[in-house]
Amino acid sequence: MSAIDLSALSAHQVRDSIAAGEFTAREAAEAAYARIEALDGDVHAFLQLTPELAFAAADRVDTARAAGDELPSLAGVPAGIKDNMNLIGTRTTCGSRMLENYESVYDCTAVRRLLDAGALPIGKCNMDEFAFGSSTENSAYGPTHNPWDLARVPGGSSGGSAACVAAGMTSISLGSDTGGSIRQPGALTGTVALKPTYGRVSRYGVVAFGSSLDQIGPFGTSVDDVALALEAISGADSMDATSSSEPVGSYADGLDQGVRGLRVGIVRDMLDLEGCGAEIRASVDMAAETFAALGAEVGEVELPATRHGLAAYYIIGPAEASSNLARFDGIRYGHRAADPADVLDLYMRSRAEGFGPETIRRIMLGTYALSAGYYDAYYGQAQKARTLIIEDFRAAFERFDVLLTPTTPEVAFRFGEKSDPYTMYLNDVYTIPVNLAGNCAISVPSGLCSASGMPIGLQIIGDHFAEATLLRAAAAFEEATGFDPVPPLVNSLGS
Amino acid sequence: MAITESDVRHVALLARLALTDEQITTLAAELTGVLGHIDELQHLDLAGVQPTAHPLAVTNAMRADVVVPGLPRAEALRNAPETDGSAFVVPAITGTGEES
Repeated sequence: MSAIDLSALSAHQVRDSIAAGEFTAREAAEAAYARIEALDGDVHAFLQLTPELAFAAADRVDTARAAGDELPSLAGVPAGIKDNMNLIGTRTTCGSRMLENYESVYDCTAVRRLLDAGALPIGKCNMDEFAFGSSTENSAYGPTHNPWDLARVPGGSSGGSAACVAAGMTSISLGSDTGGSIRQPGALTGTVALKPTYGRVSRYGVVAFGSSLDQIGPFGTSVDDVALALEAISGADSMDATSSSEPVGSYADGLDQGVRGLRVGIVRDMLDLEGCGAEIRASVDMAAETFAALGAEVGEVELPATRHGLAAYYIIGPAEASSNLARFDGIRYGHRAADPADVLDLYMRSRAEGFGPETIRRIMLGTYALSAGYYDAYYGQAQKARTLIIEDFRAAFERFDVLLTPTTPEVAFRFGEKSDPYTMYLNDVYTIPVNLAGNCAISVPSGLCSASGMPIGLQIIGDHFAEATLLRAAAAFEEATGFDPVPPLVNSLGS
Repeated sequence: MAITESDVRHVALLARLALTDEQITTLAAELTGVLGHIDELQHLDLAGVQPTAHPLAVTNAMRADVVVPGLPRAEALRNAPETDGSAFVVPAITGTGEES
């Protein structure tokens, strides 16, 4: 093993150590690859390693330091990138056979901004195919394993991005979240995981799933690292008309201001949902007590329309996905069937051969919901239910600054445990309403399940563009719990 | 509401997916199951509620009317399964109608 133990260092510490000359950015990259060499055979967080890009980026940092230049905010910080984000010099497969050989021809804005801040692109992270899933079991290239227990899933769809941070292979990573795909794997791997407000981060260059729902966001081992990464990737982008010109805050500053007087609302009716584990429910009440002890004003709120969130999402998400995935035609890029009889045959066989089972399921569901005779009954009703959910959140944020729910109804499950599609979908019951409403939310580790030893995540939800408040609440909770989870797999390596 | 195999075949054609008989049978059962959980939406009284297509109240985003370079042709063609060096190659779309 390399002398540098990335799992013992925050992104801030990596940057500061490089700035102070304690080690070089090149050594930080070497440490990341050494950890991957030791662990990723078991974890399978990465689909592709990109040492040429990482070492070139590291050399730029080391050269800048030698020249006495001021180093950017993430200088020399090893980062993983979900494989649905484009970066020139990499393949972008989306975990699909459809894009097995697809080479990026432009850069995703969020990735570009992360690298402009000095981060080192260590590799592309495994994911459920086209981000459809909550376990990475839908990856065409085999699942990622949870560093806490290799027999369990890391969550998904950004499971590789979560696992590489949990296992200390990289300090930070980027994922994307359409219905919980950042926060749910964050909770299941004991990492800090943020979905920004819709529009906070440009979606240019992330392969589209649900265009009114998708957001890119960061994973880290601490709230301040996530804040630093968010600051780097946020802001308006001329290439994404839905990116917001709301000013980007100095998210990593002011995290220590505490929560005295902050209005914290427990979402009681979501907590009482059937299927929520008793220990998970109790963990939210304990978190509320922690906030109260820190001087926050804790109360309760109900979001009754969110009980229709899952149903609305499983119309709107697949409807948008079926439209977005129409671009895979076997002509411009992606898999092409052999010897097509005509162009219809080319479309139909290329798509059926290139897409996996869950992708086909979502396309079929979305196409059905949008088809003649069913549009009003399904898509129209879902859009109206979405309005009620947004109004519920708006009313709640008139009374509260942040809301608390569990991130997931249960801890990480075992491979193959959820073979029925709907049972899998239920894992995102707490995260989905937030995407429908466009709010920001973070998952912060809150403890370990007494029976399984697996991490539990607390979801803190913030108002639109209130990331600074959200992160301040998360940082206060993190400090008060003093919970700094390290998976046994990492401890077994020694240091 | 039950999704029949005939429904699945119709939707698969709309979605341009050449599914096997086995896939069609499986999907009929799976989609029926998922829609069974979603049907609750049809029973909600949402008359008078405005539909939401976008979660934030944003207005049109305009950019300066300035010409910027697009993706070079060679890059646009780079991932294509078949090209003639300057364009994508596809099976004939017109010209076969009179023969069939």
